[in-house]
Amino acid sequence: MPKDKIETVLDKKGINRAITRISHEILERNNGAESLVIIGILTRGADIAKRIASKIKEIEGVDIPVGLMDINLYRDDVHQKLDQPIIQRTEIHFDVVDRNLILVDDVLYTGRTIRAALDQIVDFGRPRSIQLAVIIDRGHRELPIRPDYVGKNIPTSKDDRVMVKLSERDEDDSVLIEKSGLKADDTTPAKIKDKVKKTKAKPKKRKGGKTK
Amino acid sequence: MKLQSRHLLGLEGVSADEISLILDTAVSFREIIERPIKKVPTLRGITVLNLFYEPSTRTKISFELAEKRLSADTITFTKAMSSVKKGETLKDTVRNIEAMKINMVVVRHGSSGVPYFLTQCMDSNIINAGDGSHEHPTQALLDMFTIRQKYGKLKGLRVVLIGDVKHSRVVRSNIWGLKTMGCSVAVCGPSTLQPYEVEKFGVDVYTDLDEALDGADVVNIMRIQLERQQSGFLATQREYTNLFGVTAERLKLLNKNFTIMHPGPMNRGVEITPEVADGKSSVVLEQVTNGQAVRMAVLYLLSGKREEEE
Amino acid sequence: MKKQAYDLVIKDGRVIDPALGFGHVAHLFIKDGKIAKIENDNISSRKKIDFMPDENVIDAAGKIVMPGLIDMHVHLREPGREDEETIVSGCQAAAAGGFTTVCCMPNTDPAIDNQETVKFVLSRAEMADARVYVVGAVSKMLKGEELSEIGDLVKAGAVAISDDGGYVQNPQLMRNALEYASMFNIPIISHAEDDFLCKDGVMNESFQSTRLGMKGRPAVGEVIAVLRDIKLCELVGGRLHIAHVSTAGAVEAIRMAKADGVDVTAEVCPQHFCLTDDMIGEKFDTNLRVNPPIRTKADIDAIIKGLVDGTIDCIASDHAPHAEEEKDVEFDQAPPGMIGLQTTVGLVKTYLIDKGYLSWADAIRKMTRNPARILNLPVGTLKVDSPADITIIDSDKKWTVKKTDFRSKSKNSPFVGWKLSGKVSHTILGGRVVYSDK
Repeated sequence: MPKDKIETVLDKKGINRAITRISHEILERNNGAESLVIIGILTRGADIAKRIASKIKEIEGVDIPVGLMDINLYRDDVHQKLDQPIIQRTEIHFDVVDRNLILVDDVLYTGRTIRAALDQIVDFGRPRSIQLAVIIDRGHRELPIRPDYVGKNIPTSKDDRVMVKLSERDEDDSVLIEKSGLKADDTTPAKIKDKVKKTKAKPKKRKGGKTK
Repeated sequence: MKLQSRHLLGLEGVSADEISLILDTAVSFREIIERPIKKVPTLRGITVLNLFYEPSTRTKISFELAEKRLSADTITFTKAMSSVKKGETLKDTVRNIEAMKINMVVVRHGSSGVPYFLTQCMDSNIINAGDGSHEHPTQALLDMFTIRQKYGKLKGLRVVLIGDVKHSRVVRSNIWGLKTMGCSVAVCGPSTLQPYEVEKFGVDVYTDLDEALDGADVVNIMRIQLERQQSGFLATQREYTNLFGVTAERLKLLNKNFTIMHPGPMNRGVEITPEVADGKSSVVLEQVTNGQAVRMAVLYLLSGKREEEE
Repeated sequence: MKKQAYDLVIKDGRVIDPALGFGHVAHLFIKDGKIAKIENDNISSRKKIDFMPDENVIDAAGKIVMPGLIDMHVHLREPGREDEETIVSGCQAAAAGGFTTVCCMPNTDPAIDNQETVKFVLSRAEMADARVYVVGAVSKMLKGEELSEIGDLVKAGAVAISDDGGYVQNPQLMRNALEYASMFNIPIISHAEDDFLCKDGVMNESFQSTRLGMKGRPAVGEVIAVLRDIKLCELVGGRLHIAHVSTAGAVEAIRMAKADGVDVTAEVCPQHFCLTDDMIGEKFDTNLRVNPPIRTKADIDAIIKGLVDGTIDCIASDHAPHAEEEKDVEFDQAPPGMIGLQTTVGLVKTYLIDKGYLSWADAIRKMTRNPARILNLPVGTLKVDSPADITIIDSDKKWTVKKTDFRSKSKNSPFVGWKLSGKVSHTILGGRVVYSDK
């Protein structure tokens, strides 16, 4: 098998530009910041949510409420894991009812995380709308979910690893992709199933960047 | 970090990391209790049996709510409504119920060791909700959660446990947990209600309440069972109150920023005066709320642990 | 066919009989259910053996040949709890454990407090694989209130009296019993534990009971009870035998009483020199629940010292069968007691002889001559013309205690899975081989 190689998809400037653009698009679509609240999915989605909020403050001069959300309690695979994931704190200290809620994550992949987040948001109240913002959309959706704001679309194989690094918790800002040796069309369903099983048996440590 | 066992039988032998994991997880669940919809779907499809062979109001309700808020299906079995009276053994009872496909058991029983006994005759995860005078781990966990919530730490605090040390499972679990977390622990009560060689727990032992309170941060007051009087352990309730009742007057001996705790149910005017129970340093009601968060955390963490792991 | 001179010969074994002071390799000849002669190895004895058909010769080379062992403390549960044990099944267990004589305690249902029940037990035992002697009740229905008809019990065959399972709480009744029993020269066997101090206790009182939150039975509960009985015996005479000594304090009390000339004897059970109370918290094994409870290392040390210096006269099993369904319950709901007939020899060898505390001769004395003397039994020796009750032990054979090997109807042993040394090879009752190890 050929050696895995790592490519930089976005650098610090690229991430900054993406966040700036997304912030402008959010304001444009929602006619300003008044109706907005923003919720980031822990951990890196929450970092990005905070950056978007401060960018919006820069542009509009308005403080919009930012919340953080751990979606682990709403996952659909809790019963398949041997040890439950560690739960971080969800902090939503504002009312979401009748607001335009911007949900933020770093990478959009199967869509299962977003499904969990949507279910959780509804338990907090009924927003006027929920819009999804992500830095990377890597494809391979397993649920009918699409983003409203995207930093960058990147084609990947299912075996690739996409890592978003943010200076809040990593050395610097960057988005990396670690290509697997397999070609995209090698990932037949049978093989994917196999891989999924393996990952379940031995969950990878989340170190130096989130893998999605 | 993860829990070592798929059961929670007691706090003896549970490491500081494990206790911290439970308490940290409980912080997240504490927030859920404050939400408008106090429920998450996490344990959908998990069935929890609450097996209560001893009367209990608070612990039973607390566990039931914790389970429901995690979306588990729950059934509660109490001695009065069972076939126990007909002479069915505990083993047969639980095996019959388990045959109806349950996943977790919360058990309260008057005999020490019953939670362990259940691990030997069923596959479910077992959570001890109090066995004899042995252990009551979730009560101690919620006590520690409450202390940590207030002081931001456990290490280095002086905690005094007052009352019927001999018959109290709450005291035993608190001693194991607090010692593991680096607290300095003292027990205080009449010498007739101190068990044999209690000092071997590594605690300071007092029979003088004033001495015990001197310099303490947290005072955890146990309910005194009035029937102890008949067994000859106590002279009169009046004398107990005079010697060991916690009054506002006596609180002056404590450190500044002290905390008053009681696992309930309280005998107001016996082991605690209403003034102390309702005073600004009392966290008695906070303990009750925290109890749910801690029990949700325990249920959540154990629910993922299957038998093949061991 | 020519009539044979002997029915059975046990050849080349190391014959040890403390009653005879015998202890070397010899051949043992049996005729008509009795010991015919013991002969050293020489041409003439060799010839006699060569003339005998092979099936009548037991080769005991490398093994120890001793008088059939006596277990002076067993519970056979018949009448009343035949589901747990019968006289026949209990005697099968005895045979497999090397015991040719057992003394059964009176706490049956109905209790052995009258002639009829004594006779019933003895008649049941006629065809069994061990001799059964009966211990009658001190008080009617073991209630500790009125004396039973002790004279009648003795006449029917009782060799001692006891309210075993409980203590004779009332000191006046105990005093009367000692005086009354002395008329018949039988001992009173005392289960010495003070009820008030031990009430509802399920294990030794120690840090372990504190840790597990279990009600304790304090050592002092035994010591006080032993001391009271000793003082009464000193006052009124009679013969006192303390059953299953479990504490250092009781050993010391008995030692001092003996020094003062009080007619007191004592026995100890394997659980009190092999097991400690810290084992209970490991698995809450209800088979570890027994009265008196298993104690501490310090108590074991004192008991061993008492065995070595002769303060403790006998080793008995206190074989107490309990039904599986009654033991497979919450620890404090389980009835106290464990079976022991088939593990005693292995435990004595492994924990007393192999560790150098007792010689084989010492151990055999405590399971043959001493109980026979205390109870006036016509067994426990290889003297010529005495019943041919013989136990042969493969001294160094290693074995593992298995539940399936128990011949008792009950399997409540905490020793299952234990690796022991010293296994019964043959048990011979009145010249009949009642057990042989496969």
